[in-house]
Amino acid sequence: MNARLAGARRDQRERVLRITLPIVVLAIGLAIWELAVRIGGIPPYVLPSPWLIVQMLGSDWALLSKSLLVTLTTTVEGFLLAAAGGVGLAVLFNQSRLVEYSLYPFAVILQVTPIIAVAPLLLVYLPQYAAVLACAWIVAFFPALSNTTLGLNSVDRNLADLFALYGASRGQVLWYLKLPSALPYVLGGLRIAGGLSLIGAVVAEIAAGSAGAGSGLAYRIVESGYRLNIPRMFAALLLLSLAGIVIFYLLSLVSHLALRRWHESALAAER
Amino acid sequence: MPPATASLSAPLVALRDVGKDFPNGTRALAGLNLEVRPGEFVSLLGPSGCGKSTALRIIAGLSEPTDGVIEWSQAGTAAGGGAGIGFVFQEPTLMPWATVSDNVFLPLKLKGAAGDTATERVEAVLDRVGLAAFAASYPRELSGGMRMRVSIARALVTEPQLLLMDEPFAALDEITRFSLNDDLLKMWQALRTTIVFVTHSVFESVYLSSRIAVMAPRPGRIFTELAIDAPYPHDQNFRTSAEYAACCRRTSGALIEATAAGGAP
Repeated sequence: MNARLAGARRDQRERVLRITLPIVVLAIGLAIWELAVRIGGIPPYVLPSPWLIVQMLGSDWALLSKSLLVTLTTTVEGFLLAAAGGVGLAVLFNQSRLVEYSLYPFAVILQVTPIIAVAPLLLVYLPQYAAVLACAWIVAFFPALSNTTLGLNSVDRNLADLFALYGASRGQVLWYLKLPSALPYVLGGLRIAGGLSLIGAVVAEIAAGSAGAGSGLAYRIVESGYRLNIPRMFAALLLLSLAGIVIFYLLSLVSHLALRRWHESALAAER
Repeated sequence: MPPATASLSAPLVALRDVGKDFPNGTRALAGLNLEVRPGEFVSLLGPSGCGKSTALRIIAGLSEPTDGVIEWSQAGTAAGGGAGIGFVFQEPTLMPWATVSDNVFLPLKLKGAAGDTATERVEAVLDRVGLAAFAASYPRELSGGMRMRVSIARALVTEPQLLLMDEPFAALDEITRFSLNDDLLKMWQALRTTIVFVTHSVFESVYLSSRIAVMAPRPGRIFTELAIDAPYPHDQNFRTSAEYAACCRRTSGALIEATAAGGAP
């Protein structure tokens, strides 16, 4: 009894430390940064202080929030298209070897060609909005595709035999066996895809930047760079980073909720 | 009682001169002959790698024999028909994402059976294996023995004529294994189903079976068959009886001869 209580207390202390420690480190880092800027008299166009960045975030909020919305919209749309395309294509590959053999190499080529090099071409051939969306899609769909493929191929062989024994149709095998087996892998892939679609959107916005009627956060960064408005650059960067964190945690939450009843990955987190 | 009457009737399924080559060139089975009569509890006993599981998979229709034939007494029991066969693997092989009752319901669902009768059958079979209270649990919340019970319930839910079991209790501790042995015997007698049971345990095969087919390895074939004519019920008293000890000695001797008769590994 006592040992268990002590154990519980230790667990709780651990949890508190896991949350507070990074916050403390962040606070110390920001304080050093602030002090260094003030004491050293570093001008804002070289390195703005954290406080100035926060102020900038407030004063430019109207502009920055609009840009954030643009980038987020692109990211979410690119992510949804990538999820649908990646998972859908993986299922199609799984159902038809011919389709897999025909298309898989091209999926790999799309993945390995650096997006930063492809973006300018896309901007030549597509309207800017579509080009940015296409970039987000191209970088994000591959993890969804490859993870779903892995998941669909990771079916328990005995369970597959059992389905065969009871004369299950292809549709039944897919729906009742392969897709549930693949779910943890799919969710893992989507978690990666979420972050990547943000990167894709940013890359495309930067590529479009100089040409640009764009107004996303990455465009703001490029524009602020030209204007030597370094504090606003940092503010936009901060928002991008926050957006990435939120996307990651939202997808982690979805994954946890979907798997918590049965999958080891979710169980480990509960212990 | 079941073996005495069973031996007179025509075989439910018969393997005639069955051989199996694996793609890598291994001859897993050669000239295997086995008849399984309705109501029998037949054990396939042999050292590991003697092709016991392969023979079982061939009966189930999960694997095609390279030569020889499988004869079924009735139409519809044949491989792929499914409803006539239940299969229990060495691992419980449950769907981790589904509850106990959904796991047991699976064979009925794949057959397109639904509605109240299906639900009743799931409940009845869960009750039979003593897991009625765990219908809504997930497999990971159960012990190894309970998972195996779910697996058996799933195999029984279609009321199969033939239950095939591939070393189902090999991974369990002895206490759990004994209690599952007893429950399996009770179910076998209550349901009057036919069981082919693969094992490498002499004691388990003697305790459970009405007949033991001892297999020799490389290539796998039936070396000899032993009838266990001790009267049922086989219960805890049987385990300590002189009769049981004699049967075990006889079976053990046959197994040693069979292993020696096998080709070089």
